[in-house]
Amino acid sequence: MGMTMSQKILAHHAGLDNVVAGQLIEANLDLTLANDITGPVAIREMEKAGFEKVFDRTKIALVMDHFAPNKDIKSAQQCKVCRDFSRKHDIVNFYDVGDMGVEHALLPEKGLTAPGELIIGADSHTCTYGALGAFSTGVGSTDLAAGMATGKAWFKVPSAIKFVLKGKKAPWISGKDVILHIIGKIGVDGALYQSMEFTGEGVSELSMDDRFTICNMAIEAGAKNGIFPVDEKTMEYIKNRVNREITVFEADADAEYTATYEIDLSALRPTVACPHLPENTKTTDELGKIEVQQAVIGSCTNGRIEDMRIAAEILKGRHVARDVRTIVIPATQEVYLQCIEEGLAKIFIEAGAIVSTPTCGPCLGGHMGILAEGERSISTTNRNFVGRMGHITSEIYLSSPAVAAASAVKGYICSPEDLD
Amino acid sequence: MVVKGSVFKYGDNVDTDVIIPARYLNIADVKELSSHAMEDIDTDFVKKVKAGDIIVATRNFGCGSSREHAPLVIKENNVSCVIASSFARIFYRNAINIGLPILECEAAANAIEAGDIVSVDFDTGIITNETKNEQYQAAAFPPFIQSIIADGGLLKSLKKRGF
Repeated sequence: MGMTMSQKILAHHAGLDNVVAGQLIEANLDLTLANDITGPVAIREMEKAGFEKVFDRTKIALVMDHFAPNKDIKSAQQCKVCRDFSRKHDIVNFYDVGDMGVEHALLPEKGLTAPGELIIGADSHTCTYGALGAFSTGVGSTDLAAGMATGKAWFKVPSAIKFVLKGKKAPWISGKDVILHIIGKIGVDGALYQSMEFTGEGVSELSMDDRFTICNMAIEAGAKNGIFPVDEKTMEYIKNRVNREITVFEADADAEYTATYEIDLSALRPTVACPHLPENTKTTDELGKIEVQQAVIGSCTNGRIEDMRIAAEILKGRHVARDVRTIVIPATQEVYLQCIEEGLAKIFIEAGAIVSTPTCGPCLGGHMGILAEGERSISTTNRNFVGRMGHITSEIYLSSPAVAAASAVKGYICSPEDLD
Repeated sequence: MVVKGSVFKYGDNVDTDVIIPARYLNIADVKELSSHAMEDIDTDFVKKVKAGDIIVATRNFGCGSSREHAPLVIKENNVSCVIASSFARIFYRNAINIGLPILECEAAANAIEAGDIVSVDFDTGIITNETKNEQYQAAAFPPFIQSIIADGGLLKSLKKRGF
């Protein structure tokens, strides 16, 4: 029996010719990642257990992005734990204020993730790098501590669901609409413990930023990882970023899938996830008039340059509604600089939005845009759980940057097609 | 080993943001952190929970963020076991890695109600509902995972293997 793309990468890293779904394996890691929330826990656990060395100082990434720039004394202490650890072990890829960005936008940009690689990160959205044809998955701090110390992790080989993409997407439809549509279809545990493998002629219609967004939210369907095949767009993306040899894996023709879904990109409408689960999806046509007090455009899901360009295209020459606090957060310093150079930052500011330094900030209710009792936000982030962005009675509607920008202008959730 | 306690019952998709809201994740001290356990879904939880009590939920318990703080604050409140129809995969790994006992058992998750007195035998996987006088059988862990639990968590297990 053939293997899926994910299974092939796992087998390769475990030194095995073949693996089957359900098999427990130990595999060698190409990269481990932690942030200012999960890093300190991992560092303490590692030290407490008596591990004095890291397996490879070049294969550990520590990114200070969640509560950074430090929002308070406690957060500053947490970042200091990571900073001290990085100095002690001479960690090459330690990203602090000044060069940090939102981790899952930053790592691919820096060329730290590449096709065929095996990556774990103590952050659930680590699954983002599947866009590049890597196997990457989120773990907790103890798994990460073990990974930093030994360079290995244990995995239960996942089965997979296949998503065959076809057709061309309409204007204003992006990767976010694709993944929200899929989560709405299969549910927040629809891919539990499994891989989501994307394939089909529609793949070539999707930009790399679309693919990052789609893989980023695989976890919101419960998946272990999401993964795209490697094509010209992937190779173009890594061209000036990755300087090491890569191995490209493809799913076998006779690989087994637990289910196959056909997704017609041309049939997708602007889609939002209503409170309080990412599976509660509706198209903007089905919503009715839902007023918002805040719009957030950014995060590891949608803080890349294409997201910024789409938002700017909509906000150019327009102004956000008086009652909508609009917060734009380019995910990395590179994206931030591009926003300035391309004139996008000017457009945002003239439209009445703010442009923040990179941070996860409001996505997880940390800082930079917390909601009060009963308030509502349209947001390009990834989770709309109870209390995620602030007060437990506040509400989050998840959407693409196009819908978020259009909604900021109108003051209620709408499609860009609804603008004058 | 057998544990016994009173049940706190929850539904589907209990996410890690309600188990321990992110606004507290800058707290390094586990004791202080654990005083906010379950705060956004059950404000009375920390006031009412007693050592040995059991959390029972239905599908996809622990979905969302990878934060290990979630199983940690449950463990720190001396909850003896979490039973669910299914667990989100990162929570499942984290619980095993830090030594919080968890069991997947759909029959138990559906039948057990809040306040029931339940005992769990980890060696046999038998869950006994003393209030309703019912028994349910949970699946056993694979031997590899049993060895991690027996060694006292992942890092101790690795140390024992000579890393």
